[in-house]
Amino acid sequence: MSRIFLMLIRRDLLLARKQGGGSLLSITFFVLVVSLFPLGVGPAPETLERIAAGTIWVAALLSVLLSLDRMFQADLEDGSLDQLALLPLPLSLVVLAKTIAHWLTTGLPLTLAAPLLGLLMQLSPDAYGALIAAMLLGTPILSLIGAIGAALTVGVRRGGVLLTLIVTPLYIPVLIFGVSAAEAAAQGFSYSAHMLFLSAILSGAIVIAPIAAAWALKLALD
Amino acid sequence: MHRFANPTRFLRLAAAVLPFSAAVAALCLGAGLVWGLFFAPPDYQQGDTVRIMFIHVPAAMMAMGVYAGMAISSGIALIWRHAVADLIAKASAPIGATFCFICLLTGSLWGKPMWGTWWVWDARLTSMLIMLFIYLGYMALWQAFDDQTKAARAAAILALVGAINLPVIKFSVEWWNTLHQPASLITMSGPKIHASLLWPLLLMIVGFGAYYLTVLIYRVRAEIHLRRTRMLRLAQADRHAAMQAAE
Amino acid sequence: MSEFLSMGGYGFFVWTSWGVGAVLMIGLLVQSIAAARAAAREVQAIEQLSPRRRRRKADAE
Repeated sequence: MSRIFLMLIRRDLLLARKQGGGSLLSITFFVLVVSLFPLGVGPAPETLERIAAGTIWVAALLSVLLSLDRMFQADLEDGSLDQLALLPLPLSLVVLAKTIAHWLTTGLPLTLAAPLLGLLMQLSPDAYGALIAAMLLGTPILSLIGAIGAALTVGVRRGGVLLTLIVTPLYIPVLIFGVSAAEAAAQGFSYSAHMLFLSAILSGAIVIAPIAAAWALKLALD
Repeated sequence: MHRFANPTRFLRLAAAVLPFSAAVAALCLGAGLVWGLFFAPPDYQQGDTVRIMFIHVPAAMMAMGVYAGMAISSGIALIWRHAVADLIAKASAPIGATFCFICLLTGSLWGKPMWGTWWVWDARLTSMLIMLFIYLGYMALWQAFDDQTKAARAAAILALVGAINLPVIKFSVEWWNTLHQPASLITMSGPKIHASLLWPLLLMIVGFGAYYLTVLIYRVRAEIHLRRTRMLRLAQADRHAAMQAAE
Repeated sequence: MSEFLSMGGYGFFVWTSWGVGAVLMIGLLVQSIAAARAAAREVQAIEQLSPRRRRRKADAE
């Protein structure tokens, strides 16, 4: 069973690579959005430092949102979703495998790119650790919650816009804890409480999201 | 539970309840309006703006209450395949969204004289705004499917996921707010409510509840009829096809 | 009377709140009633068009 699970993750990673730079596109978008902010609010270092963590998080959130609608769509279109449902593996675990693959191709690269953007945005040197740690915990939550939205809207007309409308409100706690972790660290406070909240949300999401997304996928398969 | 799964039985029950709920709504809202606008004394701190509370607070309570009801009936619909519960959830959403919007609007109108600005990222206003988005997403998801059974189940899943998320959102927003809130603001919960304001407020709350029930019955009734029309149309089309095949 | 309308100088805020609340709630109620009536008419019209059902109902009685 775990062999099938790992194979599923490998399959999605391979597909992502073959389809040509899914993660590269996400990162480019991420950098692009962040670089709009200095152009919008002006290049004054103190202004940028103030909004750095928030900007990076919002841009990361938008990049994840943008990548969600392909999560199950391609598999539905070419019929491989039906095959996946027939595997000797509960559909919720299939969803979990695909979510992990999604995180490896979007959330993780975004996290790795974040320090560079921190430099561009004059992020306070004390905040880097907190920002990366919070993104490591927070971006998997984005993928998990996003999987529910992607599964609900798979095969739906204009699913992309709808997906954004459904998922964005659910992302707000991650944004709040993620940004304030970095802000707390920048001011020299402990940010362990933020990490604990994010871990709690992550563990809840790992349990609930695959089940809910599997329910939703069954609708598309009927 | 399953006794009310039969739409005909539900319609009969609803027809029996409707006159009462409509009467209670009309009486309580009418009395609350007169009491709240004419007789309730102005608050010593907030003056006459406190009269906005008689709409703002019931709308806020009902916006949350309707969501809870929507989540519960979604759960019932999902687990027991209850035939009316999903329609109750569907019919509730526009009512809840309306309450949510009224709450936001009156909150803004109350905020201007009290806080000096139309909008404050107050914890409760912010979570109410997020809730409005969740209501809108739920309604949009219903609209997105042609197949009503699929729409019902997808929307039910979303309602439940939202219900799990709402406490987390509320908590995080409150936490975020304590970090960012300037100390000089008067919070809406500031002074304790005086008894002379409490009675009209209670009347309005009961009135809002009865209003919800009344509108809900009408909307569920419409949904049941619509579903039956769709079924009959399909049956008719099938018969047509069968007759043509026989010829 | 004008003193009552001015609501201690907060008339605009109080009356807009109550006014918009009333308009929205009455509007929703009216729309819901109209939708329920229209749906009931439609279902009646189509039921009259399906003769088989009516006969079965008549047999049962």
